Amino acid sequence: MSDSELPDDGTTPPGEQAPAGDQSEPVFESEQEEFEPVQVFPESEDMDLRSGADKCTKVGSCDAECPVAEVDDDFPGPQFQGPEQWRLTNDAEDDDFDDSVMQCSNCMRCDNACPSGVPFSQMHNTARARHVSDQRLSVKKIRNRLLANYRSSAWLASKVPRLANAAMNFGPARWIGEKVLGVSKEREFPAFATETFREWWAARGGHATSVDNAVAARERRGEAADADKQVAYFHGCYANYNTPEVARAMVRVYEELGYEIVVPEQGCSGTPMFANGFLDDAERHAEKNVANVGAAIEEGYDVIASCSSCSMALRQEYPEQFDIDGIADLSAHTYDALEYLRIHEDIEELLADASVEALPDVAYHAPCHSRNQGLARQSLELFEDLDGIDVTDVGDSCSGISGTYGWKEEKYDTSMKIGEEMFEHMEGAPAEHGMTECPTCSMQMEHGTGYEITHPLEVIEAALVDG
Amino acid sequence: MAIEQDVLVIGGGIAGLTAAISAAREGASVRLVSYKETTLRHASGLIDLLGYTPDGEGPLEDPYDALETLPADHPYRLLGEARVREGMATFDEITGDRYRGEHTDANALVPTFGGTVKPTARYPAGAAAGLASDPRSTLFVGIERVPDFEPSIAADRLAAVGVPFDTSAATVEFPIPLRDDAKKTRFAHLLDANETVDGAGEGVRRALAETVKPHLGDAERVGFPAILGQDHPAEVRDDLASALGADVFEVPMGPPNLPGLRLESLLYDALEAAGGRFEVGSPVVSYSADGEVIEQVAIDRSGQEIPMTAEQYVLATGGLESDGIGATREQVTEPLFDCHVPQPADRYDWFEDDVFGDHAFARFGVDVAADLRPQTADGDPEFGNLRAAGGVVGNYDYAAQKCGSGVSIATGHGAGQRAAEDATQ
Repeated sequence: MSDSELPDDGTTPPGEQAPAGDQSEPVFESEQEEFEPVQVFPESEDMDLRSGADKCTKVGSCDAECPVAEVDDDFPGPQFQGPEQWRLTNDAEDDDFDDSVMQCSNCMRCDNACPSGVPFSQMHNTARARHVSDQRLSVKKIRNRLLANYRSSAWLASKVPRLANAAMNFGPARWIGEKVLGVSKEREFPAFATETFREWWAARGGHATSVDNAVAARERRGEAADADKQVAYFHGCYANYNTPEVARAMVRVYEELGYEIVVPEQGCSGTPMFANGFLDDAERHAEKNVANVGAAIEEGYDVIASCSSCSMALRQEYPEQFDIDGIADLSAHTYDALEYLRIHEDIEELLADASVEALPDVAYHAPCHSRNQGLARQSLELFEDLDGIDVTDVGDSCSGISGTYGWKEEKYDTSMKIGEEMFEHMEGAPAEHGMTECPTCSMQMEHGTGYEITHPLEVIEAALVDG
Repeated sequence: MAIEQDVLVIGGGIAGLTAAISAAREGASVRLVSYKETTLRHASGLIDLLGYTPDGEGPLEDPYDALETLPADHPYRLLGEARVREGMATFDEITGDRYRGEHTDANALVPTFGGTVKPTARYPAGAAAGLASDPRSTLFVGIERVPDFEPSIAADRLAAVGVPFDTSAATVEFPIPLRDDAKKTRFAHLLDANETVDGAGEGVRRALAETVKPHLGDAERVGFPAILGQDHPAEVRDDLASALGADVFEVPMGPPNLPGLRLESLLYDALEAAGGRFEVGSPVVSYSADGEVIEQVAIDRSGQEIPMTAEQYVLATGGLESDGIGATREQVTEPLFDCHVPQPADRYDWFEDDVFGDHAFARFGVDVAADLRPQTADGDPEFGNLRAAGGVVGNYDYAAQKCGSGVSIATGHGAGQRAAEDATQ
């Protein structure tokens, strides 16, 4: 562009620098010999994820691994959703994101598929939150917020569990649920326990009883009565309100092995809120969890979760999304319930000496959120030598429900299509029962096959406590 | 307490998988840990042994004849021909009839999606009908919405390099409409299931054959981009072939590549069948040693360091492109155990100005002895119980010599077998 073409109002067109000095003289020529490439951009210190986009080499591993892209032609897949959208954002705060990000089920499989370390789930969670905060209030948004804040409705329902169970699975009510709120009428609401885990725990005598049980167990096992074996239990919402038998199994197994347990006050882990783009809600709960569970960590407790999505949230999503004092400590001290036993006890040996003749054989589905933590095969390995139960792996397919995803009327078909492969493999397995660590996978497994689904902790309970 | 096994293999590529399978077959308890899903899915699925000499001579007709021409520190020379053959025999045994080429020492010439011809020692059964040495006339078929295969380019370039057959090309619509740029796995899964085509009342395999038929002409074989099924490729090929009345083969593609994905499941299944354990999703981040014996390593599982211990360790973390070898402006390192990596002191000597020159960086890696233990600059073992295999090993240029899979298999098998022997003694 010659000088005469420059606007005469004194401004410079975008992308052009005002000419400085004589342009005919190449500025760098004399310095070319000494040219030393240096890092031009400083390491980013804020939460700007655009730099993560630069790691993408476009191999498409993420798209090939994505269960939603596999069945839904309208979904552009994680490569677009993550690095490509972020690359196009000019301003990390203000740009809007394509609404297809709401079709992502937050299974997080793209994280592990990527050979280059693109922070996919962090990008999705952040993009979703920005998209949702820009959305106007709608029935769908209210529905999503209701689903995401499952803990609040569960809390209410647990006050009147029988009434809630009857009302929510009452045909006309489900029809209205779908028509008005967009909650699929195909799904049966999970039953609320008549006694929540926390009620059971309190009635049983709380921490004091746990110490007594642990000390007695240590004596039986020939360990020091004051052995340093103490864990804080993050039960999450589902094991508290819907499947307290899983939480009770955790308590009995750990106490049997000499651990004293505390059950700190806790909120939701945040998983359903991440998936629906309500990061503010998730942060509120995270603050509560970091404060209460963190206090136990300071007392020397490690944190145990029995739900794979809860442990995933505390370990990975918390430090990725929030800057809360103590959040790194919580992440670094949280363990999956089975994983912790594998590290601290010779659990495989104990199980090899035990027997669970009363239990049926099971078809096992590894939840995506276990898979992402490298835990997809631990339940298979643990029960390899346990007498009386055969565990058949149903492969690496996704169950398709992904928490609240499969509850939405418009996502129900996608969810069931994703789950098809798992259902087929379950039915092909030599078992009429199922097993998994994740409560919503468990729902989907039951919904698709009619099988009863158990948690690995219940199997260990049968082997080591009841046996 | 740590999670215990006899042999711990670090890395889930072809070298790590071969090491783990060989160790498990020796009767050792084995665990393989892989940071991410294996990069085998980005690989061609072809098993190269040696295609070119370090001087660029080739394509080589017989890779074994050329082993002698390699430098003395090349992994093949360290192992010796018998060990290299043993590795390949193990691979043949694992893959059975799903891989071909074991009937001869000679390299096969496989057409690539870019229309070049690649010398390779073993190829998937799906590529068998497509060999460039075969004189039968060939139609290359592209699929709309699979943008990484342009059949006319492949056909023209193959004709230009003088293959002994006529080539033709056609691009057809896939009978089931998918979005633009749909992943190759989607096509594969529809063909696996032989999904019914709307309105036609027939399966997608036959429908695809029908769309290709008008372009067939005199062609005696038809090459498709490698999308012909993930779980049942032989069935898909057979159905297409019988509907077309011509042989059918697949051209290996860029990532994600179905032949690579199939090889991945084949090797993981073999590891499971041999009793080996594995976990994907967590990197090994640190170790502790007592003198020259590694006692324990730790994996980082979303924030926690989880201890793992073994008698013997196999390092199979890959080369520069896989972060098994790391580099800063000052230094090239092996980041996990800090094994010695030979390198020119001045980093301007790490590369040549000629793009396709004989770059030193292409040979960066740990310096192994004949027993595959990485050695210090003085030639002593770095650790008594550590061996290395695959891309992390130095002194060979897999890209120029076309020897990547062969070195991975030979060193993987050697390292796994020796580790198991030492661990169970």
